Amino acid sequence: MSVPANAKDNLKTDIVVYLVILALFGVQVALAYQNTQGAQLLVRMLAVAWIQAALGVMYFMHLRDEQRNLRLALIPATIFVMLMMNMIWSDSFRLLRMRPILK
Amino acid sequence: MSEANLPMETHAGFTEAPPFAIPSKKLVMWLFIISDAVTFAALLFAYGYIKNASTNWPTPFKFSPSIVNVMLMTFILVSSSLTMLIATRAAKAADKVGAIRWTFVTVAGGILFALLHLREWLGLISQGVKLFENPWGSPMFGATFFAITGLHLTHVLGGVVALTAVALGYKRGRYNAGDIEVWSLYWHFVDLVWMFVVPMVYLLNVAR
Repeated sequence: MSVPANAKDNLKTDIVVYLVILALFGVQVALAYQNTQGAQLLVRMLAVAWIQAALGVMYFMHLRDEQRNLRLALIPATIFVMLMMNMIWSDSFRLLRMRPILK
Repeated sequence: MSEANLPMETHAGFTEAPPFAIPSKKLVMWLFIISDAVTFAALLFAYGYIKNASTNWPTPFKFSPSIVNVMLMTFILVSSSLTMLIATRAAKAADKVGAIRWTFVTVAGGILFALLHLREWLGLISQGVKLFENPWGSPMFGATFFAITGLHLTHVLGGVVALTAVALGYKRGRYNAGDIEVWSLYWHFVDLVWMFVVPMVYLLNVAR
């Protein structure tokens, strides 16, 4: 299998990314024990998780070394589908305000 | 068109350049990964929906043993991604022994992760958590917890089996460095999904 010509195979970079991902996980654990609660905490946690995922996809999975067309084919479509899933939240709040079905 | 031309045209169809200048196996793995990412996203959204609509969602995860266990599991899984990167690099450099050794180190990490996960499950089950029942609050907690972590655990075990098969096949010459690289993509994906599962399922439900 061919290796992309512009592949930046560098173990040092991989180790740095590995350490950054672990450090970001430490940030998530620290956030969990701060006073922040609810939606604010969720947004912060997910922001950190997205950074970890982006680092993993670009460096561990080497998507940054592939053709830009592949990135454009994969990433926007995935994000679009996930954004569309956010339509459920209004119904979730409706359940909470109008005597929840769930206990 | 003469009959003599037909085979050539058919053959020309097979020699079309692969899309995005990557091998077909790799493209198929990428397509599987994005579809699987959407599957996990749907489960996590469903989890958020149920939690949001519940007035008494349990927060059972104490720092010790649960969060400490999750920290250890995360360390092992992220480290296994690093060992898989080393295996892929060795395979590309035609270092067959190194590639097989590091792939099996990754497999060992996956097995250790699964054992720790099962210990976590058994701990919760011993506290009375069942699929639709638990001692703390919303009965849906168990169903969502076991569904999400169970799907992830299934992926880890699937990865362990696949990496073992590919490593053994690579040793026998049945598979090549490209196959190691393709399955490394899957393993990294399983690692990255865990980065979303941990905050959503564990860290947002810590006992204070």
